[in-house]
Amino acid sequence: MRLGWRVLTAAAVASAVAAGGQSMTASAGPPVALGPEPVTVVVEIEHSRFSVDEIPVARGTTVRFVVVNHDPINHELIVGPQAVHDRHRDGTERRHRPKPGEVSVPALERRVTSYTFESTGTVEMACHLPGHYDYGMRGEVTVVDEPSST
Amino acid sequence: MRYRTPLAVVIAAVTMMLTPAAALACGGLVGENGSIQLGKTTTLAAYTNGVERYVTAFEFSGSGKSVGSIVPLPDVPSSVDRGGRWTLQRLQQEVAPPPAAVAATAARAESAAGDVDIVLEKEIDALDITVLKGGGDEVGRWALDNGFFLPPDAPEVLDFYASRSQVFMAAKFDAGRAADLGQGAGDSTPIMATIPTDNPWVPLRILGLGRDGEERVEADVFLLTDERPALLAGGPGVQVKRSEQASSLLLSDLRSDKGMKWVPDEMWLSYLQVDAAAPALDYDLAVAASAGAEPSLIDAGIGPAAAVPLAPASPLLPTTWTIWALIGLAIGTAVFAGLTIRHRRGWMPPTPVGP
Repeated sequence: MRLGWRVLTAAAVASAVAAGGQSMTASAGPPVALGPEPVTVVVEIEHSRFSVDEIPVARGTTVRFVVVNHDPINHELIVGPQAVHDRHRDGTERRHRPKPGEVSVPALERRVTSYTFESTGTVEMACHLPGHYDYGMRGEVTVVDEPSST
Repeated sequence: MRYRTPLAVVIAAVTMMLTPAAALACGGLVGENGSIQLGKTTTLAAYTNGVERYVTAFEFSGSGKSVGSIVPLPDVPSSVDRGGRWTLQRLQQEVAPPPAAVAATAARAESAAGDVDIVLEKEIDALDITVLKGGGDEVGRWALDNGFFLPPDAPEVLDFYASRSQVFMAAKFDAGRAADLGQGAGDSTPIMATIPTDNPWVPLRILGLGRDGEERVEADVFLLTDERPALLAGGPGVQVKRSEQASSLLLSDLRSDKGMKWVPDEMWLSYLQVDAAAPALDYDLAVAASAGAEPSLIDAGIGPAAAVPLAPASPLLPTTWTIWALIGLAIGTAVFAGLTIRHRRGWMPPTPVGP
């Protein structure tokens, strides 16, 4: 991941609005997991790239993803277990009816979806429109047991 | 947006030899389900007497309903017409005997253009041509609204071009109309855009649109200029294969084609080959046609560090590597000679003395 995107990623995560006043900084050291109270993460898309592609959250946290599409083409944000990604990767729907963790984002528009991370581990986030995943539209949410520290 | 002052311009002929699997022409947009594949694209841009003529053609194969392509232009064209019958093939014959099949696509504006300015719309055979003016977002939205499928790299590529010239020509090919006209796979329709502009340039990055990192872009570029041009690219993927005065026979043949009477009696021919991995082709070809002029970094879409001036590889002159090899050999020979002399002096037996 290029340095510029590391900065943007850290800055984007740092700018996430947390209901409980949580925030993440771009300073050295492991990032602080968001949660366990509900949090909002703004994911901006430009030139078919997510602005945030590594998000640590505490188990049980509900994350409200605000997806802002700055491109003149459609995108989507799919968050969930592998089976969900397999369905979207192999499917033919151009747009999806909103479900938790699954949202189509039309060109130059903004959409919101929420997802609760119940289990620890890594949960993938991606856009599975043709060619987008291979182009680099993917990231990870790392779910940990430790609560965030302030 | 880039502003240019009127000058004598360059004739650039871009011939793209695309592999069938690549299926993306100069503009790289495919049909609604990707079923139509663009086999080859050939483009000629010619400039003389203050006007650039941009001739392009696309060949398609497949069974989809429609396919489209968007081509960036240096400026707004004053007209778009059918571009001769065999001009592009004749240029290919100049450098390679097998004629290049050319094809063309056209676009039909099916809905409102949004924020773009529609400069010109014209039907040419089965092609719907739309010249539009707008930023990357506007052109992308227009393409999306008009049935084009944009690959994930389209936003960045459109912005790359829109930052320098906000003029694009959309070409959409309608297979149904082609069938009505008796056209089929392998047929092509050349179109010519007449463009008043200051400095010509050849868009190369657009050739990689929609291609993944494993694919290569291969294209033939023909330049016809009033004088020997100065050329600038942004990477090693472009090579000058021929640079010479265009033969009177070639110019005469071109002039005799329909719509090509403007071809002058003398021109300089440059033939370049593009061969680069798609991700590495992130620049264009800048051309300076006037004596003493320098090609523009802006036209090439690069910064100073990435500039690669292009020079013809003459068979009479050694290549760069050959020169360095000769220098290295000369140095090595000199060192060896020096060591040998020292060695002999060091081992010479002392003059015997004594009775």
